[in-house]
Formats: sequence, C-alpha cells, structure tokens
Amino acid sequence: MKNLLDRRKFLKGGLASGVLASVLGTGKKASAEHSFEGYPDSMGVLVDLSKCIGCRTCEAACNKEQELPAPDKPFDDMSVFDEIRHGQKRRTSEKAYTVVNRYDVPGHDGPVFRKFQCNHCNEPGCLSSCFVNAYTKTPEGAVIYNEKVCVGCRTCMIACPFYVPAYQYSSPINPVIKKCKMCYDTRLKFGRPPACVEACPQEVMTFGKRRDLIKLGHERIQGNPGKYIDHIYGEKEVGGTAWMYLSSVPFSEVGFNTELGDQPIINYVKEFLTVVPMVLTIWPALFTGFHLLARRKENQKTTTPSDRNA
Amino acid sequence: MKRYVAQGYDLPFLKNAATGGDKKWSIKEKLLLGLTPGQYLAQFVRNPFNWLFLLIFMAGLPILIGRFYYGLGWATHGSYDYPWGLFLGWGLFVMVPLSASGFMLGTTVEVFGRDDFKPIERLALLNGLLGYLFAVIFLQVDLGQPWRLIYPMFVSLGPAAVLFLVAWHVATYLSVQVAELLPALAEWGNWPGLKKFIRSMILGLTISGIILSTLHQGALGALFTYAPGKVHPLWYSAPFQWFYFFCSSIFAGLSMLIVVSTLCKRFLSWRCDRRFLDNLDQQTMGLAKGAVLALVTYLAIKIIAIAHAENWGYLVTGWGAYYLLEISVGVLVPIVLYTKALRNNLPGLARFAALITVFGIALNRINTALVAFNWNLYQEIPHWREVIISITVYTLYIVTYRFILYRLPILYQIKVKS
Ligand code: SF4
Ligand code: SF4
Ligand code: SF4
Repeated sequence: MKNLLDRRKFLKGGLASGVLASVLGTGKKASAEHSFEGYPDSMGVLVDLSKCIGCRTCEAACNKEQELPAPDKPFDDMSVFDEIRHGQKRRTSEKAYTVVNRYDVPGHDGPVFRKFQCNHCNEPGCLSSCFVNAYTKTPEGAVIYNEKVCVGCRTCMIACPFYVPAYQYSSPINPVIKKCKMCYDTRLKFGRPPACVEACPQEVMTFGKRRDLIKLGHERIQGNPGKYIDHIYGEKEVGGTAWMYLSSVPFSEVGFNTELGDQPIINYVKEFLTVVPMVLTIWPALFTGFHLLARRKENQKTTTPSDRNA
Repeated sequence: MKRYVAQGYDLPFLKNAATGGDKKWSIKEKLLLGLTPGQYLAQFVRNPFNWLFLLIFMAGLPILIGRFYYGLGWATHGSYDYPWGLFLGWGLFVMVPLSASGFMLGTTVEVFGRDDFKPIERLALLNGLLGYLFAVIFLQVDLGQPWRLIYPMFVSLGPAAVLFLVAWHVATYLSVQVAELLPALAEWGNWPGLKKFIRSMILGLTISGIILSTLHQGALGALFTYAPGKVHPLWYSAPFQWFYFFCSSIFAGLSMLIVVSTLCKRFLSWRCDRRFLDNLDQQTMGLAKGAVLALVTYLAIKIIAIAHAENWGYLVTGWGAYYLLEISVGVLVPIVLYTKALRNNLPGLARFAALITVFGIALNRINTALVAFNWNLYQEIPHWREVIISITVYTLYIVTYRFILYRLPILYQIKVKS
C-alpha cells in the first residue's frame, strides 16, 4: 500500500503490449486529475483528547440536536465506559452519532477519553463507493447523506475506514444509514459550530477553518513541549479529514487506527478503474479479430474437420 | 421420469433425434412433458428430491417472508462492522464466478469457432443465466430497500463507484444471456423467426458478453479494494484484486460446468440426447484443459502479489496457515488432479477435480468477504435464519434449473423441420 506508485509501474511493465500500456497511461492521467485536496475554505474541528473529562455532554447534545431516540442508558451513567461487545468498546450506531470511550493507558495517570464521530474526510470512502451518489462533501466540509436515494447495499460501510456509517437493520420498511452530519442542516450551513462542540464544558473541541486548525494544532504541540504526541491525527490520514485529533498518548493506545496511511480510499480502487476503459476499447477489436482468424482457419481446414478436436 | 422413459412413453422431443421427426406438441403437453396431469403428479411424488425440496421450502419460505416483514436485523447478523453476510458472501460473490461458464463457452464457440464445444454450449449459457439471475435475487434479499434496485440506473447515478459498474453490467449481461438463450426457447415454442433474429446478432452479443464479464467479475473483486486494512493483506491486493476475481472466475465457471454436466448425465440422462452424452467425456477434458490454464495463471498472480507487497511474513501466522490451506485445497490440489486427469485421459478424475475447484472457489470468496474481513476485529458467525434463507433461495435456483432442463432443448436438440 505504501508504494502504490511502484505497483502501478509494475502493473504497467507487466503488460507486455505497448498499446495496453499507453491506454493505461491515459487512464492514469484521468485519475490524477480527479485527485482532490478538499475545499480550500472548508471547516473542521480539532479535538484535544488531553482536555476531555468523559462527561458525555457532547453525546447528550448530539442526541438532542439530531432528535435521536432516547439512549439505552442515560447520559450521566458512566458504566457505559465498561461496555464491551465482541471485544470492542462502544461505537457509533443508529441511535448515537457520537460516542466517548475511556481508555486506560499504561504509564499515564488517569484514564484518557476519546470522543468519536464521522471524521468528514476530504475524499470520503463512503462517498466514492456509493453507487447512487447518496453522499455529498459540502464546501463547508461536512459529508452529508441523502436517505431518499439510498438502496441499502451498505458498501459505504465497507468503504469507511473508520467504521462510521450505521445501518438501521431494525427497520423493515425504510432502513437508512445513520451517521454524524456535522450538524450541517441545522448549524454548519449557517456558519455555526456543531452542537457537540458548543456543548462541551471543557472546550475540548475547536471549530474553525480546517487550514487554521492545522496551524493551531502544530502551534499547540510546539508550545507545550512534551505534552502532545507530535502528530495531528486526521491531518493526512486517508487524504485528510475535517475532524482532527491531538493526543498526549500514542494514538494507537486510544482506539485510533494508525495504519491507515495517507492515501484516500479511492486511490486503492483506481487500479481497477483504469482497467475499465482499457477493456472497453480493446476487447471488441481484439475478440472480433480472434473471431475472423478462427473462421479463416476453419475455412482452410474444411477438408479435415476431424483435426479440430479438443 | 426415468421410469416413464423406460416404459416407452412418447415424451416431447424425446424421440426426434432417432426418428428424425416429432409430432406437433401443444404448449400444455410440452409443459407437462407429454404426461397427463395424473402421471405428472405421480412422477413428481416418486422423486425423493422433490420431498427434500418441499421440506426446505416449508421451513425456509416463512423465514424468507419474515426477513421482509421484520427487517434484516431479524434475519441476519448484519452489523455495523459486518455489513455483508451470507446473502452477498454466498449469493453474489460465489454464485457469479460459478456462472462465468456462459461467457467462457460463448467465446469458445462463437468467437473462436470451436464448434466441437457446441453440445455443451447451451448448458453453459443456462448455467450462466440462472446463476446471475439468482445472484440478483440474493442481492434483492440483502438490499435494505430492494424496491429501489433501479435507482442506480435511473434515479440517482454514482458512476464513479465500482458497484455502479457491477449493477449496470450485471443488468445488461442478464439481458444478453436471455437473448443468447432465446434460440432454445424459440425451438421449444416453435417460433423460427425469433431464432433467426437472435442468430443474426450472436457475435455482437457474445463479444459484449466478454466485455461485461471481464469487467464485472473483476469489479466484484475491486469492491474489496475499498477496504484496505479491513481485508487481511493476504486476501487483499489493490492492483491485483480485480484480476484475482476475474481469473478465478474462469476456472470457477468451467469447473461448475463440468459439475453440472456430470449431474445432468447422472440424473437427467433421459433428457440428454446422444450428441450430449457421447461428447461429454471429450468436452470435459477440453474444459479441464481451460481450467488448468486459468488455475496456473491464478496461482502465479497470487505468488507475484505476495512477493510484490512483501507479505511473506504473514504466511507464518495463523492466518497464513489458513491462507495456505485455501490455496492448497482450491488451487494446488485441482491443478494436480486436473493435470493427472488430462495426462491419463481420466474424465472421472477431472470431474472430481472440478468439484474440488468449485468448493475452493466458494471457500475463497467466503474468506475474502467474511472470514478475512475485519480480521483484526472479531469473527461474525451468520445467523441461523440467514443460513436457512440462503439454502431456500439456492434450492429455488436448483428447482428452476431443473424445470428448464426438463423442457427446453438444452441437453438435447430439436430437429427443425424446414
Ligand atoms: S463534553 Fe467535552 S469533555 Fe465532556 S465528554 Fe464530551 S468532549 Fe469530553
Ligand atoms: S469517516 Fe467514514 S463516513 Fe465519515 S466521511 Fe469518512 S468515510 Fe465517510
Ligand atoms: S457534529 Fe452534530 S451530528 Fe455530529 S456528532 Fe456532533 S452534534 Fe452529532
């Protein structure tokens, strides 16, 4: 995965015919044009895990803002931090667009809390995998979803590297994907910060232009030597995300996947997408050619049809 | 049926090969195989398979209906982490490669002009058509909102998505396959005009079949390239995934054809004509040859991909052992058996090899879609209702398959009176 380009070269070299390689080349150019750095003025949120006290106020705020069903356990019940399903801590669901989890990190005094929700990727896997184009990345930075067109194939759930989209398996009539929308229609659209951000009593989250947040994050890391891990999670991961994280403990210790790499998900699929025009253009000619050849041989062979045995 | 044939009943088209002509059959006679309703029922009751099928339907259909009434959460273990279960793992990812026989044999006969494969071509086409049809039915069982199936076609288009390509191609390819089989229907119903019309486009149909098949077989693999890190690296390769799936669909389709033709010979011999039966051994060997070539290519690509991604280290883990097991059962053993069968001209051994290959392909697809998926999270075991629904839909597939084989000229030829 790390040396995607090398692989591409390899693939190209492996195809002996020059024609094939040249067509592949065109495909590559086309896909490079598609590469996309995100909207320049898009907004984002910087989450500073070191400030979070695990009060779950953000969960409650989200629940209210998004008019989600009442939770199984009230928001002041801290026993949820001990819940384990299939060896995993709590995750986002159709009833909760955001969750806070507690991690006990060896060598760190006191638990570390991590708030989690959709990261609103610059080049979202969910968006690029959806065959009815249900997802949109808005210029403001949110990744929103149109439930009116969703067919329910659930490929977006396969493609989201953060396991965010949650499907309403319980509904037989109108099951749809449920996920954080960065409060797009109620707040972000009007330039206001998301409900969870605003509700946080510890000011864990900073809302602002993604560009500025990256600067702010690095300043904070530099300004407090030894306090933070020198990395903003989400600055580069899978092509960059609108929600980014600062942490004082290694990210892998608090539930982050640190092996995702910087390539957006769509890049892994491009290898196949470049093959498509190639097959479409070359196959018809190639196989018609085969056909003509085969028929000619046959005409020559009419005298000895018994030769044509398997 | 065998008993009626043995008693010398005059069944539609059964004797025409021998006598050179058949009497005119009405559609009703053709449907009931020339038996009276009473006789038809008698043979139906006599066949033990029908009882088994009936049992499966009695258990399965209520659960299938329940899935639409109570929702997917009731019927499956589909979860936020495992969005896909058996319906797609088996119904889409296994059924589609096993149905690649249609385009393989279409290409062999119509494009490469290998008329020696003609006796089995129609069976290959039918195997393809039904496999795809039921893959779509499985998909419909799995989709959250199946009534929106046409949305990607007409309502809201996401053309950059791999599944978009799959949807369009499978839909188009289904119609191509229907068209390719219309001649059989035309002969059976005695509509010569239809047949002539299709024959005039057969080359175009076949070539579009090749294009569509290459792309959507590959696309099914490419669907998993959306999940780097989720699929275990040994089952994942961004550059090669589509080729894994395409290449393995070749030997999957050919082996499935060998298996199906063997079953036909064993259980439906009354319906097969001499042309089919006498050529079968030789055709099996031909198919085996094709399968072995594809198997070797597939193995080579697998090794290259591991070398390229420097995944050797994974081979010594538990996952590696499982991977090697899959490769041994699904690729190495078939290669050895097929080669031996070819060298010593043993069609029986080739048939056995085909059965193992089919099993191996199923194993590979299930592994990619379910077992090696989320390898660093946890394993999901399909819900029992999910298993029963899958068996029920598959049984429906078998019953439909048999219904058509009984009637249409797939395993036999109708002499067309000019
Ligand atoms: S409200 Fe703020 S401090 Fe409290 S749990 Fe949420 S993010 Fe953490
Ligand atoms: S985190 Fe997942 S759901 Fe959210 S935008 Fe990225 S890919 Fe889509
Ligand atoms: S941004 Fe809005 S939708 Fe997303 S977690 Fe926060 S409150 Fe919920």
